[in-house]
Amino acid sequence: MQQLSYFELVGFGPNGWGYALLMATAMTLAVALCGFVVGAVIGTFVAWAKLAGPMPVRAVADGYTTVLRGIPDLLVIYLFYFGGSAALGAIGSLFGAQGFIGMPAFMTGAIAIGIVSGAYQAEVFRGAFQVLSKGELEAARSVGMGRWLMFRRIVAPQVLRYAIPGMGNTWQLILKESALISVTGLVELLRQSHIAAGSTRRPFDFYMTAAALYLVITWISTILFQKAENRSLRGLRRAS
Amino acid sequence: MDFAFMRDTFWTLLSGVPLTLNLAFTAVALGAVLAMLIALMRMSGVAVLDWLARGYVFVFRGSPLLVQIFLIYYGLGQFRPTLQEWGLWGFFREPYWCAIFALTLNTAAYASEIIRGGLQSVPAQQVEAARACGMSGFLLFRRIIFPIAVRQALPAYGSELILMVKATSLASIITMMEVTGLAAKLISQTFRAVEVFVVAGLIYLVLNFIITRIIMALEWWLSPHLRRPPEVTLPVEAAHV
Repeated sequence: MQQLSYFELVGFGPNGWGYALLMATAMTLAVALCGFVVGAVIGTFVAWAKLAGPMPVRAVADGYTTVLRGIPDLLVIYLFYFGGSAALGAIGSLFGAQGFIGMPAFMTGAIAIGIVSGAYQAEVFRGAFQVLSKGELEAARSVGMGRWLMFRRIVAPQVLRYAIPGMGNTWQLILKESALISVTGLVELLRQSHIAAGSTRRPFDFYMTAAALYLVITWISTILFQKAENRSLRGLRRAS
Repeated sequence: MDFAFMRDTFWTLLSGVPLTLNLAFTAVALGAVLAMLIALMRMSGVAVLDWLARGYVFVFRGSPLLVQIFLIYYGLGQFRPTLQEWGLWGFFREPYWCAIFALTLNTAAYASEIIRGGLQSVPAQQVEAARACGMSGFLLFRRIIFPIAVRQALPAYGSELILMVKATSLASIITMMEVTGLAAKLISQTFRAVEVFVVAGLIYLVLNFIITRIIMALEWWLSPHLRRPPEVTLPVEAAHV
């Protein structure tokens, strides 16, 4: 067999892997995005717990952020993948099913990334909240806003504004972490490259392409987050 | 929870700790040298060197470590005949050296930014004062700039070390049997993910806790001028009563 050129290999021709790689890139983005959203929700609650929760809740939140930032993400993914599968198997056996029931890989990935990144996002939100001026919160309370209204009108918009740079960092982290989900068999960018590398015996070309695609995604996200940051600050006078 | 099983798991996983620490410390030590080089390139003022360093940092911070590991361990296999010719195949055939190589390149990118931050935080006045005393070149760097920069960069470098301890877990994917590798093997043999996870997590937490403490001690030791001076109790004089 004649050796394909690099561009035939990763292109969209009959022997090209271009389409598969593109779909896999979309999968990477999808699982990262879902993980980011799950993490943002968890992060919000944990940040609240750390800032205003009663003592036991705060202790749990502190423990969560310490533990999740101190152990490797790969372990968390294994826990959810194998632990989830074992739980599913147990439930399945109640209904007469037998053997190994695999946890859906996409869900495992989104949840695992969400739980890990929630710890980082909580710290980002907490830091952003602490920048809010006390006077504004008091002013909101003095005009009679309730907790929820105050959160929606005063707290959330401003916390989001200050949190954008930190959220950008977390997003980059998540994006790179999504490559670990390939161990569960989810066909995202790294997994697809692995498959293509195995079937064509051209591992370097495919991993290089994967790395380049990751770089493109991080590069574009950096630009988008910078834009978002500039936009969020447009109503703000800056001392300089 | 089955405590007998967890005790056995603990002893099994503990045998992976030396490899985890070995990978992390070797990579951080080698990475520090490379990082220093990259930081100096970025601050050299030579456009070509500056852009090379920027490109390096962008590539290694912007792509996942696992991709870098695969690229080195599996990817370089594509050039096996060439590597054999150069006598490098023995190095790239071993998962241990590939893991060290990938981790080193990766940490160097992150650490170079930390070191650059440290070097840039050295106050200009101190450098001027040193120059006024006649120091220059390497002496100035060794006596004034380097010690101050190290002190500034130490906390960030400490968290980089912890990130590296966590990152060594990826070496398990290329067959290195460190703590995570052993844990994954145990989980797939016993399907008791929760117990194994708890034990492995605890081991990592303890490791990271110890490293944090050591870094804190180092920081304390390196900044004697920031500590409160020991209380000197003046002898009470009775003469003026």
